[in-house]
Amino acid sequence: MTLKSRPGSLGKRLTPYLYLSPTMVLMIVLMLVPIVIVIGYSFYDNVIMNKHPVFIGIKNYAEILTDKNFHQTIYNTAFFTISSVVFHMIIGLTFSMLLNSKLLHQTTRSIFRVIYVLPWVFTAAIIAILWRLMLNPNGIVNYFLNIFGTIDSKVEWLGSRDTALYAVTFINIWSGYPFYMVSLLAGLQGISIDLYEAAEVDGANSVQKFLYITIPQLKPIIVSMAMLDCIWTMQQFSLIWMTTGGGPIRATEMLSTYTYKLAFSKYEFSQASSSAVIILIFSMLLAFIYVRKQKARD
Amino acid sequence: MSKTTGRNIGKIIVIIMLLIGAVYAGFPVVWMFLCSFKPNTEIFAYPPTFISDTFSLNAYRSILTNSEKIRFFLNSYFVSSVVTILTLFVSVLSAYSFSRFEFKLKKTLNMLIISVQAVPPITLLIPYFGLIVALKLYNTYWALIFTYMVFTLPYAIIMMTGYFNTLPKELDEAVMIDGGSRLLALWKVLIPISIPGMISVGMYTFMQAWNEYLFALTLTKTIEMRTVPIGIQQLMGQHSYEWNEMMAMSILGCLPVLLLFLFFQRYFIEGMTAGSVKS
Repeated sequence: MTLKSRPGSLGKRLTPYLYLSPTMVLMIVLMLVPIVIVIGYSFYDNVIMNKHPVFIGIKNYAEILTDKNFHQTIYNTAFFTISSVVFHMIIGLTFSMLLNSKLLHQTTRSIFRVIYVLPWVFTAAIIAILWRLMLNPNGIVNYFLNIFGTIDSKVEWLGSRDTALYAVTFINIWSGYPFYMVSLLAGLQGISIDLYEAAEVDGANSVQKFLYITIPQLKPIIVSMAMLDCIWTMQQFSLIWMTTGGGPIRATEMLSTYTYKLAFSKYEFSQASSSAVIILIFSMLLAFIYVRKQKARD
Repeated sequence: MSKTTGRNIGKIIVIIMLLIGAVYAGFPVVWMFLCSFKPNTEIFAYPPTFISDTFSLNAYRSILTNSEKIRFFLNSYFVSSVVTILTLFVSVLSAYSFSRFEFKLKKTLNMLIISVQAVPPITLLIPYFGLIVALKLYNTYWALIFTYMVFTLPYAIIMMTGYFNTLPKELDEAVMIDGGSRLLALWKVLIPISIPGMISVGMYTFMQAWNEYLFALTLTKTIEMRTVPIGIQQLMGQHSYEWNEMMAMSILGCLPVLLLFLFFQRYFIEGMTAGSVKS
């Protein structure tokens, strides 16, 4: 520091901001400015493509919100997000409790922990390709389902309108549960053994212990994970883009792919901006609830 | 029923459930691995071959001898490493400020940093497109590095602030009483103690950068600027679905993250949970 800091001097008051300045510059240029730009775009007629765009007020929003395809998109995103969050939670909780079981040796637990965490180390591009291979009509999933007699034809999981949405949701559940599992595992290890021992003295069985000790103790973690997961899943782009591209015929179109297509395949940058602002508003609402919940806990 | 039999039955049930879970979690990964050693014609063989008689490393060989594909890896390593170093550097400065100073906008800025994490990448993408061109960064490494940092920094700052908050202020005050500056205190005292926290943050940052897809897809254009996720994607459809090569490239593409994870598992899980549970 070259600024010599005396108590109460300007230098001293500015010092904290000086340390923050790299972050602030980056956030202003690549976060604040773009948000202002995208909100601005959304009120104009065909920006970027048109040299002199005209202000048209909320017409873009009106068009998007009355678009039948957009309604389909909202439904798909809601289905995808809610199912993913619920199953992430169920699988994450089950796996973390198995891994925390006192019946097992430490080494066994570590081995299974590494296996269970595996889906986490793969990027969306890899997950997409892997599941396209496995869910191929001639792929291994259909093979097993055939042997066990569950189905007898070659289902095109990702290529049929009836199954594609379920298939991408399934893939997303597979790829996302380790995040919950790891956090809940840490949460479980943080619960005091005294609580369980006291409950045992009172004659509680395992189900009661689970319902009245484990769940309430984990509730703060579960709630914050679910909020974060909602925000992230709602914004999911890469996995959808690389498995189905939103198809077939919009069967898996999500808010993100819908917006991306408006911008980069139809070059309707203004409408894409309004759609992007709508996603931003949804996300910020969730974030607001999340931050309030966090504050209430502190 | 005696207590030991009860325990044994319990143990068997737990192990059966663990094995079922392991198949769900691990089989796709095993299948990817097996397929990377098969000739492409055998990928959809009926019945499927698990250990191929024609085991070969051809898929790996063809990727590792192709300079275009090696370039994807070099790009990813370069971008992810620079993002990690810069994120750590910038976040340590910011975290120091949040942890060691009291100032007027502290609460507001802190809140902004937390909520910025929820901003959807797709929302920023449209303005970025124009902005990056205007800043003359289109199709350069810097376009990726700076835009990735917007998403890696908030988490890193929150984590590092939390970490510094656990360290007593007396530590850096001791250095400053001896006539050292604040930066010296940060460099000589806080950073060395914070290495575990920095490893965890660094890993998470590296993973985020290594995995990023949307910006890499849109803000770069030429084949020699592409990163691994885009490279894998481009193997599809380029020449008719070389599944074995795609699987081999996927294995190679997840290696850095997998190795990081195996080496630093403990730090990572601790750091990760500390961040998600309490931010």
